[in-house]
Amino acid sequence: MTIDPGAVLPPRPPGAGAFARLAATLVQPILGRVVRRVAARHASLFARLGPHQGTDFVIDPVEFPFALHLRPDPKALLFRAVPRDALPVAGATIRGRFLMFLELLDYEEDGDAAFFSRDLEITGDTEAVVRLRNALDDVDGSIAEEAAAMFGPPGRAILGHLRRKYSDDAMPGGER
Amino acid sequence: MSLAELICPAGTPAALRTAVDAGADAVYCGFQDATNARNFPGLNFTPEELEAAVAYAHARGTKVLLALNTYPPAGKVDLWRHAADTGARIGVDAFIVADMGVADYIARTHPGVRLHLSVQAAASSPEAIRYYVENFGVKRVVLPRILTIPEIRKIRQDIPCEIETFIFGNHGLMVEGRCSLTNYLTGQSTNMDGVCSPASDVEYIRDEATGEMSSCLNGFTIDRFGPEEKAGYPTICKGRYTAPHRPEGYYAFEEPVSLNLSRLLPELIDAGVHAFKIEGRQRSKAYVRSVVSSFRRAVDDIRAGRTANIEDLVALTEGQKQTQGAFETKKWR
Ligand code: SF4
Repeated sequence: MTIDPGAVLPPRPPGAGAFARLAATLVQPILGRVVRRVAARHASLFARLGPHQGTDFVIDPVEFPFALHLRPDPKALLFRAVPRDALPVAGATIRGRFLMFLELLDYEEDGDAAFFSRDLEITGDTEAVVRLRNALDDVDGSIAEEAAAMFGPPGRAILGHLRRKYSDDAMPGGER
Repeated sequence: MSLAELICPAGTPAALRTAVDAGADAVYCGFQDATNARNFPGLNFTPEELEAAVAYAHARGTKVLLALNTYPPAGKVDLWRHAADTGARIGVDAFIVADMGVADYIARTHPGVRLHLSVQAAASSPEAIRYYVENFGVKRVVLPRILTIPEIRKIRQDIPCEIETFIFGNHGLMVEGRCSLTNYLTGQSTNMDGVCSPASDVEYIRDEATGEMSSCLNGFTIDRFGPEEKAGYPTICKGRYTAPHRPEGYYAFEEPVSLNLSRLLPELIDAGVHAFKIEGRQRSKAYVRSVVSSFRRAVDDIRAGRTANIEDLVALTEGQKQTQGAFETKKWR
């Protein structure tokens, strides 16, 4: 067996209480705009989701004080930040570092490789996750870049900073 | 020297464009149904998507091969016939087939389209391969991953068609085209339904207290990973099991390893292999881009008489285990 000492995810952060609620409220308008834009520009991804358009996905970036709740229903799109003590019952949960999620959306990281290395954790309905992954992967280019571009030069600067941070973090062991 | 064409995987139209742009000579793909052996949820092409994909590939000099490499259950051949008719109408460059009935239908109905024999047909002897060539006009055989390079060289001399070998990717082979393990646990057949370990039957269970993760298929635990242990695909052949003589649990069939023949490319070319296949239609665009572009550089270097930068390719499996399998030695298991 191959052991990678850097692979294990940090302990689950609390993500509850007043700070989590405030942070979730602050990012909500951004999330709403991003998901509406992506859905409008890439309508074909809904077909790949098939019966899982109504599934409640919880995307849990471990460094964040909150998690994200996605229901990719084209008729009633939902993407919101939720404190961890107020999450809905999830059809499927995907957990990992935010910067790793960014790499997946940036078309730099392979989801299977992230799963093998235990950087990505999946629970719940595996088929739902596989469909979501395949739907997002059929988008040309980088969704992260598209989202950043919506916010002009500041958006691009933040994405550039996050990318640099990710590659710096990934450098020491070269393991991602 | 053989042409050493690079045959690359695509599970979505975006992955196909990625493979074409990264330097694939040909891309293989399938429809969203049981006619191909990667019938995974949310993967593959609608006829309209395939039509656009073929136009994109052909405009850039890349071929598109359509995988019809599963076996129709008795009385259900219409799905495969219809897929073949659609592929021919769209103008795919070849069909990759395993079943003799499908091969026969295409040979009679669409004689102008090349037939490639899938690895799923498990044709590993000159006699078997010649049978497909003589009866269905097969132009290329994808060899099962159970042969050494000297054996491939010998077969090459004894058959009147081209040879394609896998060079990279998932390495679950057993007896290709004949594995019924998934059928046993889930009722779905890899060879007829096109899916090994269907995602709808897979569940990952995490023990919060220990950090251990169990991968389960239809209620059966097929492996359990420590908190810092690398995980593998939830395929039965790569699970760890206990037995009276191995109570600690062990890989009874296969180990979770990737095939990587980057170091053997020159020998394979010298043995007369016409085409190199990269596994991974279920993988992401990120995988397709990095694997295809790395092998593109390596093959071009070798064809130009330069030494290929093999280290680049080895790095692609970094952190995972890799093998040269039977290509290096029959003792690999
Ligand atoms: S269980 Fe393994 S050998 Fe059998 S079909 Fe699945 S991957 Fe192939």
